[in-house]
Amino acid sequence: MVDLKIQLGGLQMKNPVGAASGTFGFGSEFEDFFDPGRLGAIFVKGITLKNREGNDYPRMAETASGMLNAVGLQNKGVDYFIETIFPAIKHYDTEIIPNVNGSTVDDYIEVTEKLNEVKGIHAIELNISCPNVKEGGMAFGVSCPSAVAVTEAVRKAWDKTLIVKLSPNVTDITEIARGVEGAGADAVSLVNTFLGMAIDARTRRPKLSTVTGGLSGPAIKPIALRMVWQVYHAVKIPVSGMGGIMNAEDAIEFMLAGATTVQIGTANFIDPQVSVKVIDGIKAYCREHGFDRVSDLVGAMEG
Amino acid sequence: MKRVQDFKLKSYRRLNRENYILTLQGDYLEKDMHPGNFAEIQVPGLPEVFLRRPISILDFDPAKKTISFYIKAIGKGTRQLGRLAEGDTVNIVYPLGNSFSVPRKGKVLIVGGGSGIAPFVLLGRALQQQGVETTFLIGGRTRNDIFLTEEFSRYGTVLVTTEDGSRGEKGLVTGHSLFAGSMNFDRIYTCGPDPMMKAVARLAGQRGIDCEASLENLMACGIGACLCCVTPSPGGNRVVCTEGPVFNTKVLGW
Ligand SMILES: Cc1cc2nc3c(=O)[nH]c(=O)nc-3n(C[C@H](O)[C@H](O)[C@H](O)COP(=O)(O)OP(=O)(O)OC[C@H]3O[C@@H](n4cnc5c(N)ncnc54)[C@H](O)[C@@H]3O)c2cc1C
Ligand SMILES: Cc1cc2nc3c(=O)[nH]c(=O)nc-3n(C[C@H](O)[C@H](O)[C@H](O)COP(=O)(O)O)c2cc1C
Ligand code: FES
Repeated sequence: MVDLKIQLGGLQMKNPVGAASGTFGFGSEFEDFFDPGRLGAIFVKGITLKNREGNDYPRMAETASGMLNAVGLQNKGVDYFIETIFPAIKHYDTEIIPNVNGSTVDDYIEVTEKLNEVKGIHAIELNISCPNVKEGGMAFGVSCPSAVAVTEAVRKAWDKTLIVKLSPNVTDITEIARGVEGAGADAVSLVNTFLGMAIDARTRRPKLSTVTGGLSGPAIKPIALRMVWQVYHAVKIPVSGMGGIMNAEDAIEFMLAGATTVQIGTANFIDPQVSVKVIDGIKAYCREHGFDRVSDLVGAMEG
Repeated sequence: MKRVQDFKLKSYRRLNRENYILTLQGDYLEKDMHPGNFAEIQVPGLPEVFLRRPISILDFDPAKKTISFYIKAIGKGTRQLGRLAEGDTVNIVYPLGNSFSVPRKGKVLIVGGGSGIAPFVLLGRALQQQGVETTFLIGGRTRNDIFLTEEFSRYGTVLVTTEDGSRGEKGLVTGHSLFAGSMNFDRIYTCGPDPMMKAVARLAGQRGIDCEASLENLMACGIGACLCCVTPSPGGNRVVCTEGPVFNTKVLGW
């Protein structure tokens, strides 16, 4: 028997595999393919204070081993989430973790205060790394003082596990990680998407309505892995790692580099059942390599 | 129910160099499929093609457990899908999206162009089963761009326009003499390039005829998870892969 249970800050998860925000809807989209309750956590799609329509079409461009997106946090707002969506998904036997976004620090606080009142939500993921919005978003996550300020403010409004999602679009990700650790984060998640762009040479136009967008998928995996490893060594709080995970082996690499839990993003679009395959694959790996507890994998890279 | 499933490539029917019908066979076939539904096909053997490709369901046979697709090779994925070998494994997620509404009686017009003709075989058959009188109007650049008319002729009258006049009336579908006539249709269905669908929707609107269009937006997931495929509407962005691909054109504000 392999013990898959794992602790992310104060949050107890039944296994280390989560679905990454913005790539798994609210979970119900995947019900035909598997029981979302099998996941360790569902990081539901980004939530803002008010309804947001997101960016204009086209919002997506395929790239070599990856994709660019510029969805821009389309969602119906936090009240709609609390009143309509959460009641419909809270029965899943997993942790539902809202991904909190804002244009201003006050926005973040207000969304957090509302979520803090909801029974059954044990953690939030503070997104200070969305590259696809004009105001706020990544702007908070690319400078240390603003990342610290928003984390401190949200910390005061949130009683349970606070995960801060970091942007890879920085010179030194460990500096930001240490900053938010000091500001009260219980865990960090990384990486969000890399700022990129694509041009259609035939039409000489940008492929995205916003020109730039966020790169995800296997193309970013080696950089994401490096950042997880660096942050693991820079902070004491646990890391939730992601970026290009396509299978169990990728996920195990992230754990060996220091990730306590992993998140699966873009791979959900390629194989809607990938998450359960990753859970089963991690279990099989532990059995084969003599790990009784999945937590023993964390940071177990040799040398 | 939506499924992700491996199929084996059973056969190709080559219509010409760039157009073909791909037939897949599985150990199981979902039967709950409707005109307008599509599949997300994983393109095998080409690492440059990362995402699945959305393709309408052309036809299916529950007895033989086969499903087929009409594909117009316009890029790397659709070309690669035409280069596989018999017996190769092809993974698809299906059936996806909503479907055309099928009335119980009356008279309808179907206007298609390009790869947008694919959903109209299933639609034509469903309409015929309901006793609906159907006219197909298919447009292309030349007669070499007109496909599936034999199939359509089993379910109704087929009219053709070509831009060079090599088959049917010369010009665009919206220039067909039909639109100058009485146009006593109860509904118009359309699928093809956006400008064509918008022009058809406008003509339908002017005559007070209900119009349903099936959109071919770029997609990543095909199941409503990524919100990459949206189309604007007066009521906000609509998710094409789940709220569509079929929309009443009034909903889109066309
Ligand atoms: C619901 C739905 C049903 C469809 N049904 C069919 C069908 O039955 N048969 C069929 O042949 N095709 C169908 N399509 C279109 C098909 O999905 C695209 O042609 C295909 O994804 C192109 O992939 P590719 O790799 O060949 O092209 P790529 O190499 O990716 O692209 C080639 C060029 O075409 C452009 N392009 C690609 N896809 C689109 C798009 N959706 N809209 C505008 N420009 C685009 C690209 O920007 C690029 O310039 C459907 C699309 C949708 C959304
Ligand atoms: C279409 C799309 C939408 C996303 N939306 C969000 C979001 O709302 N909030 C967020 O924190 N991250 C969002 N992300 C980033 C992912 O959660 C993840 O950090 C990133 O894609 C890297 O992981 P991957 O390579 O496994 O996809 C989105 C990614 C994609 C592809
Ligand atoms: S393609 Fe992902 S939501 Fe439609």
